[in-house]
Amino acid sequence: MSVLTLGSGEIAIAGGLISCSAGLSLALHMGIGRRLAWAALRMSLQLLAVGYLLRLLFRSENGLLVGLVMVVMLAAAAHEIGARQSGPRRWSEFLRNLLILCISAAGVALLGLTGLSRSGPAFDAQHVIPVFGIILGTAMNSAALTLHALKSQIAGARNRIEAQLALGRDMGEATRDLSRSAIVSGTIPIINQMAGAGIITLPGIMSGQVLAGQDPTQAAIYQIFLMALLALASVVCVALTGWLFIRSITDDRQRLRLDRLGS
Amino acid sequence: MRQALPTDGQGLIARKVGSGSIGPVDLSIGHGACLCVAGRSGAGKSTLLRILADLVPHTGEVWLDGQAQSDMAAPLWRRSVTYVAPDSAWWAPRVRDHFQGDATHFSDRMRLPRDLLDAAPDRLSTGERQRLALIRALLGKPAVLLLDEPSAALDSDAVLRVENLLGEFLSEGGILVLVSHDDAQIQRMATDTLVLERVPA
Repeated sequence: MSVLTLGSGEIAIAGGLISCSAGLSLALHMGIGRRLAWAALRMSLQLLAVGYLLRLLFRSENGLLVGLVMVVMLAAAAHEIGARQSGPRRWSEFLRNLLILCISAAGVALLGLTGLSRSGPAFDAQHVIPVFGIILGTAMNSAALTLHALKSQIAGARNRIEAQLALGRDMGEATRDLSRSAIVSGTIPIINQMAGAGIITLPGIMSGQVLAGQDPTQAAIYQIFLMALLALASVVCVALTGWLFIRSITDDRQRLRLDRLGS
Repeated sequence: MRQALPTDGQGLIARKVGSGSIGPVDLSIGHGACLCVAGRSGAGKSTLLRILADLVPHTGEVWLDGQAQSDMAAPLWRRSVTYVAPDSAWWAPRVRDHFQGDATHFSDRMRLPRDLLDAAPDRLSTGERQRLALIRALLGKPAVLLLDEPSAALDSDAVLRVENLLGEFLSEGGILVLVSHDDAQIQRMATDTLVLERVPA
């Protein structure tokens, strides 16, 4: 098996391809040439920067630096969850999202790396950062979708929830339907990803490993292992998100306190 | 037939209850009595009922037969002191799924066809839903019913049937707090009346 080594030649070809797309847009008056070129430039610079950063990180073998990068990733993901929601952004929500990601993404990543370390060193930057990154991305998606579903449905569900509270049900029972549908929304991506894996799409990790010269069955096992981690992270994440959200709209007397959403 | 105020701590007693929109209110209702709450729109009649059920944050304290609201778990309190909103809400596929126990006794008394119990709530008329919401609350066997315009969408015959059922509830020692815009209904039902004034801002 041969592994290709890419260099400035490939960068030039990629630049040519982008120019083709932009030229096509120009010729067909599609009006996306400028945005496309800008996005492509951003993408190239971001990925090159990340590539160099990771090379530095892997070579330095500095645990503190790796930890710092992970903290920045966590904060960025927590911010993105908030940015996907309408309404004002608040510190308390950012901290809540950070907590959710710490438990679901960081916790599951630790679990996964511990599992991987049976077959070799897994707690080096080269494994920690990518594994943590994929899990974090999935958790971020799940939390954002769950939160969005909860927030968009809560106002419409108000009377239903209060009617149940008035009959002496607690907040958990009164919001069960709402939580359930939000949890379904939050786990759709990972369930689709698993159900379609290999038939509809070749998952990213597997494709990457096959391109990098890994044996396909090995790559498949790696992918299965990672998918299982992603599923766990997603489930933990939606459960935590739902629970903390419901907690944030109630008080010690099991009332529905939509005023606490601060709209 | 004005009822004497309970002095032995029995019944529903509220002292200085209020929230942002309504001032401190005192009230006291004995078993078998019906307090009608009157007042203009926006005077806080619904808010008062929701305070009594502890559905909204409030000041002051409420007791039921000597037991303080704040000493009791909120769901337990609401099972005893049950609020019925003017616009009933339903969450399960069939009416029957909302009921704990057999509703046929109550639905027969209100002349509601039995097959309504198997219907989807959103297929029913407002008046049917309103009466079924009352049945839903009665089936929880509350000590106190807080009714927010329970017969607003009903014809006169149905109103009388509802009142008849409420009379039965009262005769069994139930306590009723009733918000109604129907003066004739207040005349028929009230053992006591409370008029709420809008709090000047």
